[in-house]
Amino acid sequence: MATAAITAERENYLNQEYGIKSWLLTVDHKRIALLYLLSITFFFFIGGFFALLIRLELLTPAGDLVQADTYNKLFSMHGQVMIFFFLIPSIPAVLGNFLVPLMIGAKDLAFPRINLLSWYLYIIAGVLMVHCMLTGGVDTGWTFYTPFSTAFSNTKVIEAGLAIFISGFSSILTGLNFVVTIHRMRAPGMTWDRLPLFIWAHYATSIIQLLGTPVVAVTLVLVVLERALHLGIFDPTRGGDPLLFQHLFWFYSHPAVYIMILPSMGVVTEIIPCFCRKRIFGYKFVALSSISIAVFGFLVWAHHMFVAGISLYAALIFSALSYLVAVPSAIKVFNWTATMYKGSITFSTPMLYAFGFVGLFTMGGLTGLFLAALGLDVHVTDTYFVVAHFHYIMVGGALMGYLGGMHFWWPKISGRMYPESLGRLAALIVFLGFNLTFFPQFILGYLGMPRRYWQYPPEFQVLNVLSTAGATVLAVGYLLPMVYFLWSMRYGKVAPDNPWGASGLEWMTTSPPPTFNFDQPPVVNWEAYDYEHIPAPQEARSGG
Amino acid sequence: MADSPIAVEHHNPALKHHFADMEQQREASSLGMWLFLATEIMFFGGMFCAYLIYRLWYFPDFGAASNSLDITLGAVNTAVLICSSLTVVMAVRAAQLGKRQQQVIYLALTLVLGLAFLGVKAVEWTSKFKEHHIPGPTFNFEGSIPSHPDQPVDQHHAQIFFSLYFAMTGMHALHMVIGVGIFSYLLYHAWKGTYTPEYYTPLENSGLYWHFVDIVWIYLFPLLYLIDRKK
Ligand SMILES: [Cu+2]
Repeated sequence: MATAAITAERENYLNQEYGIKSWLLTVDHKRIALLYLLSITFFFFIGGFFALLIRLELLTPAGDLVQADTYNKLFSMHGQVMIFFFLIPSIPAVLGNFLVPLMIGAKDLAFPRINLLSWYLYIIAGVLMVHCMLTGGVDTGWTFYTPFSTAFSNTKVIEAGLAIFISGFSSILTGLNFVVTIHRMRAPGMTWDRLPLFIWAHYATSIIQLLGTPVVAVTLVLVVLERALHLGIFDPTRGGDPLLFQHLFWFYSHPAVYIMILPSMGVVTEIIPCFCRKRIFGYKFVALSSISIAVFGFLVWAHHMFVAGISLYAALIFSALSYLVAVPSAIKVFNWTATMYKGSITFSTPMLYAFGFVGLFTMGGLTGLFLAALGLDVHVTDTYFVVAHFHYIMVGGALMGYLGGMHFWWPKISGRMYPESLGRLAALIVFLGFNLTFFPQFILGYLGMPRRYWQYPPEFQVLNVLSTAGATVLAVGYLLPMVYFLWSMRYGKVAPDNPWGASGLEWMTTSPPPTFNFDQPPVVNWEAYDYEHIPAPQEARSGG
Repeated sequence: MADSPIAVEHHNPALKHHFADMEQQREASSLGMWLFLATEIMFFGGMFCAYLIYRLWYFPDFGAASNSLDITLGAVNTAVLICSSLTVVMAVRAAQLGKRQQQVIYLALTLVLGLAFLGVKAVEWTSKFKEHHIPGPTFNFEGSIPSHPDQPVDQHHAQIFFSLYFAMTGMHALHMVIGVGIFSYLLYHAWKGTYTPEYYTPLENSGLYWHFVDIVWIYLFPLLYLIDRKK
């Protein structure tokens, strides 16, 4: 009761107004972030439900739980929901929305109403997607490959395509808002080389959202038109070219991987210096590596098409360029490691996720190099090796970063502390469950188990059982934070303004922040990650 | 909110709460519009890319299909759009000089020209519909390759040309319709006197949009109408 009295004293963005209207019509970036948090969590559980059914079907070699057609729909919708409705909006629309203005000392994003519009577009897309799932679903895979999607599939391709088209606009508007905000709304003294690296990562992400998303949007329009009117653009029997679809699709969908992973890298770059009490090693290199990942990311798309019938010379060039992306990624990994070197590390929950991220992202990245190698790629194309690889990046990487970030900034968002020991336990469960789920899939793929089948030869069963068991553990690891975050909103300890002794403007305002973020417009006259001059909090030191 | 110290700086009623001054607000809106136009370039870029590939593959059929388009109407429309870009610029200039009446006249002219463009487009599409040049089950294109009159045109390849023609001009026309909507809104506000020499950002940014749509057409006209016109 005493805690409730303390929070009631200060006006903040949560208690300034009450009622459903004050949320649905809000233009406050922090409230919109929470709207996004609720919606993407909803879709995370839908996508997770599909994943669970997939893993249950694969528990036995026979196709016994679901029919082949149902299985096709399950993995298609798992991919579409997780990618377009969870991972792509996850960090940018929740943590980015909340933190970008706070970190640069602005009162809001440049276009608050467009920000709200982007959430409504997301919701319209989401409703369409749910309607599509309830009325039969879609079975094209998340990739919508033609001519299957345009001429053969008799599921709801048009509806799913339109849903993703609309969610794309929501993503474009978020990116546009961030770029303008970062360019035009920085507080006095917040120069480009003082920006938190989280901001640099979001800047790079936004550029990809702006330049990549329109291409997939127009591609989906063409697929919808072709399916409805039989144009022939992607139909080889009418002079069209299905490979053109793949080029256009991957022109966005490879960079889309960086829309998912770059924000996570930004989160980890905030967490590591804080819990090592050290300035980030090589600030400029980390910042520029984000930009170069965004740029190189646009030049490698055809590595998804090595066996699809592109010319050998094209394949060679795309293979070499794909290796090039490893350079800025490795720069980041080395700089994180160098930051930890001789740091005084606290093994708190966000830091555990950051450790998990660095390790799993490295594994995912290195196996990406296997896939970029022409010879090896022929062997493992369309096998579980690919599935394991991109789950190491998207779940081991992007999702770990998201969870780490949620724990790191939860005190700022909610004004409450989550239970630290439970947090560490959950982080450990997620890490173990993740590896148990996806490491066996590397072996399965290398042994030749193809992806997207509901049956498999009996000799693959042991590894599949391990994977399914891991998925169950992972599910527990995801449910735990949801439960204790909700619990902490009421019963958690009241959070101080800066519980971690972290640098950054967002920690210099109250927890939770007031509606316009700062009581006094901040002026920055210090360098980023100035941990030599910030005292570590006592509580975090003693290990909580 | 209203009694916070920042409120004192609210000189212009058009200044939103989260900007420090009009200059910052104007620059933010302008950058936002340019970025939006960049996404538009990528959006149309996907279709231009498809066009380029099929034009290289099926050049003779594309030439024949292109010759069936009405070059006079296309040229008239090009002139109409270029004129409308001029009237947009004149409207912005009038706002900068604070001349409300001129603003209203130029915006009205822009609207008329925009609607004229759409009207001509509708006439063109209707004739294509009558000639069975709409892609789909009833598609039928009679004709021969311009340089080899004895060689008939491949139906499938001609259909791809018309698919791209309708996708590109249709998407362009959709942008025109949106533009007409925006300019009706601007006309209403110009008439009410919303735009002043201190605040005319919506006019300027909508102008950028209009010019962009104009430029897309300037590319579409030669690419679709003038493929192989030599006599
Ligand atoms: Cu890729």
